[in-house]
Amino acid sequence: MNLEELKKLKEKAQRQVALRDGNKKYRVVFSMGTSGIAAGAREIMTTMLDEIDKRGLDDVEVAVTGEIGLVDAEPMIRIEEANGEKVTYARVNAADARKIVTEHLEKGKVVEGLAVGKVKE
Amino acid sequence: MKRTHILVCTGTGCTSCGSFQTRDALLTELQKNGLSNEIDVVETGCMGRCDLGPVALVHPEGTFYKNVLAPDVPKLVEEHFLKGRPFQKLLPTDPQTQNVIQTQADFTFFNRQLRIVRDNCGVIDPEKIEEYIARDGYLALGKVLTEMKPEQVIEEIKASGLRGRGGAGFPTGRKWELMRQAPVSPKYVVCNADEGDPGAFMNRSVLEGDPHSVLEGMAIGAYAMGANRGFIYIRAEYGLAVKRLHIAIEQAYKAELLGKNLFGTGFDFDLEVRIGAGAFVCGEETALMRSVEGRRGQPQPRPPFPAQRGLWGKPTNINNVETWATIRPLILKGAKWFSSIGTEKTKGTKVFCLAGKINNTGVAELPFGTTLREMIFEVGGGVPNGKKFKAVQTGGPSGGVIPEQFLDTPVEYETLQKLGSIMGSGGMVVVDEDSCMVDFARFFMEFCCDESCGKCPPCRVGTRQMLNILNRICAGDGELDDIQKLEDLAAMVKDTSLCGLGQTAPNPVLTTLKYFRHEYEAHIIDKQCPARVCRDLLHFEIDEPLCKGCSLCARACPVQTIGRIGTLKKFEIHEEKCIHCGACFEVCRFDAVKKTSPGMLVTA
Ligand SMILES: Cc1cc2nc3c(=O)[nH]c(=O)nc-3n(C[C@H](O)[C@H](O)[C@H](O)COP(=O)(O)O)c2cc1C
Repeated sequence: MNLEELKKLKEKAQRQVALRDGNKKYRVVFSMGTSGIAAGAREIMTTMLDEIDKRGLDDVEVAVTGEIGLVDAEPMIRIEEANGEKVTYARVNAADARKIVTEHLEKGKVVEGLAVGKVKE
Repeated sequence: MKRTHILVCTGTGCTSCGSFQTRDALLTELQKNGLSNEIDVVETGCMGRCDLGPVALVHPEGTFYKNVLAPDVPKLVEEHFLKGRPFQKLLPTDPQTQNVIQTQADFTFFNRQLRIVRDNCGVIDPEKIEEYIARDGYLALGKVLTEMKPEQVIEEIKASGLRGRGGAGFPTGRKWELMRQAPVSPKYVVCNADEGDPGAFMNRSVLEGDPHSVLEGMAIGAYAMGANRGFIYIRAEYGLAVKRLHIAIEQAYKAELLGKNLFGTGFDFDLEVRIGAGAFVCGEETALMRSVEGRRGQPQPRPPFPAQRGLWGKPTNINNVETWATIRPLILKGAKWFSSIGTEKTKGTKVFCLAGKINNTGVAELPFGTTLREMIFEVGGGVPNGKKFKAVQTGGPSGGVIPEQFLDTPVEYETLQKLGSIMGSGGMVVVDEDSCMVDFARFFMEFCCDESCGKCPPCRVGTRQMLNILNRICAGDGELDDIQKLEDLAAMVKDTSLCGLGQTAPNPVLTTLKYFRHEYEAHIIDKQCPARVCRDLLHFEIDEPLCKGCSLCARACPVQTIGRIGTLKKFEIHEEKCIHCGACFEVCRFDAVKKTSPGMLVTA
């Protein structure tokens, strides 16, 4: 192995363990109460994880929480940014999920048509 | 990608209380709940809180769980991973404030530490080289081989002020330089992983949690000193560490990070593991080398030093596990950074083992210069059950005890030495008011006497004579001149023994005599054991008014010497047959059994 190969290997392996470092820029929170799960939140999350992985985004963490509170707006996700900004997306489907990854998490642009709430703390 | 990593500690402490079963239960339960493709279970090395084992850490939240046993796993998975809220039952509490601790970051035991050597321990899977590489693994070796001359590496180590972590604190850079200058070849490098001190497991935690860091340090050292072959000497009892070392070495060879022509520079380095049979003296470097050669592990006079005549008569450099593991971060971040940590005389951090009467038992890495008080009361969480702190023994079985008035001493080699103790491998055994210091000294003298290899008479005979006297004092047969005899023998053993074993063995006796002489005098003159530990000096009796006649004591008595008082319901102890085992005292629920020593007031 030479130094270049080692560095390449490192880049690839880093994604495997990046999750353990904490302090991510984005935190994606899934509403995973009974109604969220019934509305397909779990599948949406799997899709999203897959897209995040494909894009190699390692400044993102994904978490679940109980019911966010709006039963007919499920599946809902909230994206919390390290700077305190919070954006909530409602009635997210698989295609939306991928779009949120490519637009919001990768480029930092809120997907306006889908966002239902935006607050800064 | 996974959203969550559950890190399960699989160090020896946690596996001995069932963490492999915990891991299996987690895998099954995640599978059952359809969570396997979102959540990974990762086996890591020691996280440092062995007393709370099996422990687990959940990322990204940082939730730290204690006592995660298999039967609790279904509930844990339901609460934390399905519903997304911490499972309260398994959260630890702060021993001092009694507050529930939500995340590792809020845990004083963890956030007071500075982790350089153990940076990867409990974070990566030690059986996966990729995880080590992900955290800059082998980059230091790559940098050294492709960008630095051997002399530059040695200059860097010298500039850092690094001192050997094996006990003596010898400057590592100087040692490497002497080796480099030795005109003979081949040369060898050795890792001392014997770790024979009872209660010490800092080296084991590094070997189990991050074995590659030791391999990488050794490869860098070999390059700097001009060696091409290395040995890791480790005791057979360290089964898991041995296994993980073998796996690490195999993976490193496969990745061409060990073996021939490393990084295409023409530098070769071969490494093998040598298993020791677990004798304390084999940690001493000259005895260790004989053991590696397959001979009986007995120390040799120095000089010649190993750098002059070591393994098979060739120049050899021996460093401790922790010393080797420090090389990598030192090279990556530089000597200047390293020397900014610690004290004037001693740079960097040290891994300490907190044991004995202390709330937070485990391994903690702290900068040199941290005071004993900070170590014991902040990181260690103080003495359990509201008992009073009495002393701390530093440095293993031949370390001295340090009493309360010196708790504000910053810990480094010289300060401990001034108090009559040693740094040793970094063991810290806390003693509370219930311990008898004469008995304590006797226990460690027995250890050293047992472990004496017998080669030199001062150690072989001297420690035995000292032990005889201590046994006598604890049995109530001490005589007035015994203290003087102990002091004379101690001086002789210290000054004339061949190796460090004998030279340090009297430390516990000398320091207890210095700081707790009144306890010796009480044993000898009053035949009293003030801490009520020495059996032969104890007296048990039942306080009649308090006795409820429940008969627990009579049933616990192994020599059936407790009976009813005449035809009464109450019990009494027949002194003649009593063996002072204390079984009655332990079981009585009404504090009716009194344990006293001659001349003492009767308390509980
Ligand atoms: C009785 C005795 C036991 C020792 N045990 C160990 C040990 O288990 N591990 C260790 O690294 N050094 C031990 N040493 C110290 C070694 O002789 C040697 O100084 C050390 O390995 C050098 O490494 P360092 O320069 O990295 O500290 C022991 C010394 C004596 C006298």
